[in-house]
Amino acid sequence: MAAQSSPQKHPSIARRMIAEVLFKILGICSLIIAVGTLVLLFGALLFEGVTRIDWQFLMSYPSRHASQAGILPAWVGSTLIMLVTAVVGIPLGVAAAIYLEEYARRSWMTELIEVTVTNLAGVPSIIYGLLALGLFVYILGLGETILVAGLTLALLILPVVIVTTREAIRAIPVEIREAAYALGATKWQTVVHHVLPYSAAGILTGIILALSRAIGETAPIVTIGALTFIAFLPPAPFTTQPPYLSFDWLLSPFTVMPIQMFGWVSRPGEDFASNAAAAGILLVGMTLAMNGLAIYIRYRMRKQVTW
Amino acid sequence: MQLMSKSIMAMQQTIPIKSLDAVAKAAARRRARQRREWAIEGGLFVAALTSVAATVTIIAVLLSESIGFFKTVPLTDFFTDTLWTPLFAAPHYGILPLLAGTLVTSGVGLLVAIPLGTVAAIYLSEFASSRLREIIKPTLELLGAVPTVVYGYFALLVVTPGLQRIWPDLPGFNMLGPGIVIGIMIMPFVISLSEDAMRAVPMILREGSYAMGATRLQTAWRVVVPAATSGLVAAYVLGISRAVGETMVVAIAAGQNPNLTWNPLEPAATITAYIVQVALGDLPHGSIGYQSIFAAGLVLAVMTFTFNILGHMLRKRFREVY
Repeated sequence: MAAQSSPQKHPSIARRMIAEVLFKILGICSLIIAVGTLVLLFGALLFEGVTRIDWQFLMSYPSRHASQAGILPAWVGSTLIMLVTAVVGIPLGVAAAIYLEEYARRSWMTELIEVTVTNLAGVPSIIYGLLALGLFVYILGLGETILVAGLTLALLILPVVIVTTREAIRAIPVEIREAAYALGATKWQTVVHHVLPYSAAGILTGIILALSRAIGETAPIVTIGALTFIAFLPPAPFTTQPPYLSFDWLLSPFTVMPIQMFGWVSRPGEDFASNAAAAGILLVGMTLAMNGLAIYIRYRMRKQVTW
Repeated sequence: MQLMSKSIMAMQQTIPIKSLDAVAKAAARRRARQRREWAIEGGLFVAALTSVAATVTIIAVLLSESIGFFKTVPLTDFFTDTLWTPLFAAPHYGILPLLAGTLVTSGVGLLVAIPLGTVAAIYLSEFASSRLREIIKPTLELLGAVPTVVYGYFALLVVTPGLQRIWPDLPGFNMLGPGIVIGIMIMPFVISLSEDAMRAVPMILREGSYAMGATRLQTAWRVVVPAATSGLVAAYVLGISRAVGETMVVAIAAGQNPNLTWNPLEPAATITAYIVQVALGDLPHGSIGYQSIFAAGLVLAVMTFTFNILGHMLRKRFREVY
């Protein structure tokens, strides 16, 4: 009688327990494969390229001799393009998100905007490159310039900025808005004085993530004709003569960090591989730092905010 | 008390003095404010329209350049010719080799990402402690944030040499290495979407299953996974769309020659790799070679649009069920 009620005796329960443990091991293994890849990837880059990173590497132009080559035009190009992307992409994205969350009424137009945002988020980046090649480079005649690259990446990050900004805005309780309206504030005053400041941390997180994606993008920039070998810098944005500001750099040819790395990967030879690895370390380092910052801001935010 | 009555008196004094002129001024101010509000709303609306404009322009650019291409190349050739050599003296324009390359690399990627991603997502959603989840999820996000060109380097100079120890005959350019790397790349995406789908399954269903004496694994496998099916399939479909559109990994590590084969151990160019290859060269605007990358892009866009729409329809469905 006692043996019958004892669960250990039942073979199927023991089998189920074993299956349970095996599945846990399987789950941990697949997570280890994912996370281990990140470690292996960074390890391989460090092993191959860390000795190449020095002042000379940062301050030199590309060269046929791998040991003399550097990434000066690449990081200058990346910085300038990010500037254009941020100036164009962030206001557009935030404005669109504000419209969709605060102003838009249910209509087919709103529906259409939402569908296109979702759709754009899933378009492969190289398609943006084709768009830019057809529209900006040839139809608008802007050429293969920093301006075009910046605009292309601005379009690319637009859905990311819109989606994350909307999420941040949506998290603000409606009572806050009602309180502002009750005091006679207009919609725009409510947005500027309440909604935006309270969601700033969330919006910032989204912007950082979007820019970190843009900085590593290669395919659309290749498509609009970035050069892999460029031995000059764009004209400086500041001049000694009035008006002290120059925008000639917007129309300069350019290269960027991921393109430079791509150029080096495609060349045979151990030396260029280590240049590529060195550029890779800087790229991965930059994106990881930006993502780390975003994750940190989000973490802090979650701890502080109690509505 | 004194103070209050004073202020009331002050108010009583001002109200009668308020002339018709002041009322008109206030109304004008209100109208100006209203106009400003409309202008701002209009500006925001235009910003929101950018996404519609971008979508329309993508379709328009791809179609208009492709129409030029299909004036030279009949559609039947495009879909049945088994050679893709637009830049040769005797050009052939069959998309099949590029399509095969895209499907093989994506297929390898999915064989990696779907099983590993699903198991990892089940583990994270049903087994892992919340502390582990807090650590793993941001790490996976980092994995998804690494620039694709770096993954290309990894595929060409780390994964392929590693695979060559198993298959010594494996060429330096092949579809297996980049396929595996694509799989690992889209894994965080698949995990995150599948986990969302499984966490959306109400706790009551699990509790019912536990109450019947099921183990966690049985509950996960026979209750949670079936309940989350449409969400899981959505995650896979959106993963496919990512894999198909992946560019740099295959451009760097899978080779540049179109090759109609289903064998992942061979090198072959994909649709995306072909676009990169042509864009790196200097093709004159309006030439057939230039138009060919838009035709290839159109095929890619149609594929990813289809998968995206399908995926989002499925996702909507799993949201509506509970």
